[in-house]
Amino acid sequence: MKQAKDIHESIRWQDMTPGCEIYEGGTSLLTRTGEWRVVTPQWLKDKCKQCLLCTPFCPDSAIPVRDSRRQDFDYDHCKGCGICAKVCPFSAIEFKEEV
Amino acid sequence: MSIRERLSGNEAIAYAMRQINPDVMGAFPITPSTEIPQIYSRYIADGKVDTEFVAVESEHSALSTCIGAEAAGARAVTATSSAGLAFMWELLHVAASSRLPITLACVCRALTGPININNDHSDAMNARDAGWIQIYAENNQEAYDNYLQAMPIAEHPEVRLPIMICQDGFITSHSVENIELLEDEKVKAFVGEYTPENYLLKHENPLAVGPYGVSAYYMEAKMAQAQAMVNAKQVILDVGRSYAELTGRYYGLFESYCMEDAEEAVVLIGSSAGTARVCVDQLRDAGRKVGMIKVRVYRPFPGEELAEALQNVRAVAVLDKCESYSTHGGPLGTELRSALYDAGLHPLLINYVYGLGGRDFAVTDCAAVFDALDKALETGSAKPIYRHLGQRGGDLRGV
Repeated sequence: MKQAKDIHESIRWQDMTPGCEIYEGGTSLLTRTGEWRVVTPQWLKDKCKQCLLCTPFCPDSAIPVRDSRRQDFDYDHCKGCGICAKVCPFSAIEFKEEV
Repeated sequence: MSIRERLSGNEAIAYAMRQINPDVMGAFPITPSTEIPQIYSRYIADGKVDTEFVAVESEHSALSTCIGAEAAGARAVTATSSAGLAFMWELLHVAASSRLPITLACVCRALTGPININNDHSDAMNARDAGWIQIYAENNQEAYDNYLQAMPIAEHPEVRLPIMICQDGFITSHSVENIELLEDEKVKAFVGEYTPENYLLKHENPLAVGPYGVSAYYMEAKMAQAQAMVNAKQVILDVGRSYAELTGRYYGLFESYCMEDAEEAVVLIGSSAGTARVCVDQLRDAGRKVGMIKVRVYRPFPGEELAEALQNVRAVAVLDKCESYSTHGGPLGTELRSALYDAGLHPLLINYVYGLGGRDFAVTDCAAVFDALDKALETGSAKPIYRHLGQRGGDLRGV
């Protein structure tokens, strides 16, 4: 069975799966959708109290958590929607124009 | 021995569905296909089948139901007509591009407007480029026979495309005619069970269906889809032969009637073939070398085969039960003209748009078409090459 990693931009049409089916889960990690972003969040570590409210609000799971502490943004998948900045009680997330 | 019965086209489809016992039916009523889910729901109420009958609020949802069910691994069916098929438009493409072999019984009816419930092919023909296999029946027997072949064709691993089994609204769907039916166990053995390799409810591996296809993948996906339609032609022929072994009734891509030495031919689709056959018989009795081709499979379009069947014909009338507003004729006429061009054939060709909104097509109308072909041969000109048939007031201006 063809794996998601084997479906990429250089395969021939004969090697596509029928209907573009993908035969495994969690494959969005393989696709960098962060390039859609037009504004970029900045995590201000000094202001952050690690309340972790931003993490469950992120629609793209782009705020990784390790050992109960949030890490920097996963910019490969953050779309720049701004929800995290809106819910942050400590103004620890700022948005800047993508350059 | 087969079962001799009397059924309408709708009854025949519902009967075939009962014999197949599909897993899911997405159902929404619309004239003249309403009887199919109506009769089928009675089979369910009587415990004769265990299909999940999903009564939805629209045809858009009926086909969405089928798409979800088929992706989950179920065999899904629906039936519709006219505006109902038009309302499925978006999902027709989703079903085809997701390569889900759904079976749709299309009971052909004019599209609005003016609003009209009678037969023509504008609904199915408007869906001709949606990526569905389309097979058209002349009568109730063919509707039944085509339906039983639908799933073995559509579900074939080299095909995996949705399929539309079309019959003419009222003319076929509501007329009760003699019919030969197969025994239930023979149908079950012929159609078999739906066993997709991958499906959403297969717990061994998760599956994503219908993903976003960016530009780097879209053309490759469409190419694979087009190849599946190419593959469908041979599968249709193979399944047709298996069906003939079972029943003695063989249907190819189209039927040629009195074409061996024909100098003039009409090419048409559906129930009008019965009328044309009578007309051909009458004109043959009068010594005229005329013939008829009834197109059964419209998608994939049997262009090369049709051109070959017409290679010795001097004048052809292609009858479209559908306007395309291209100002160059209907879809069958345009595609057949194209096929003849590629075959290097140049018969005099008149493309008629006829029978719209239930307008009768009588033997005399067919004879008038052959008379027009006579005239074209006499004068050496088929102009106007695109005409309507049977309307008051004569030909189009400026064509």
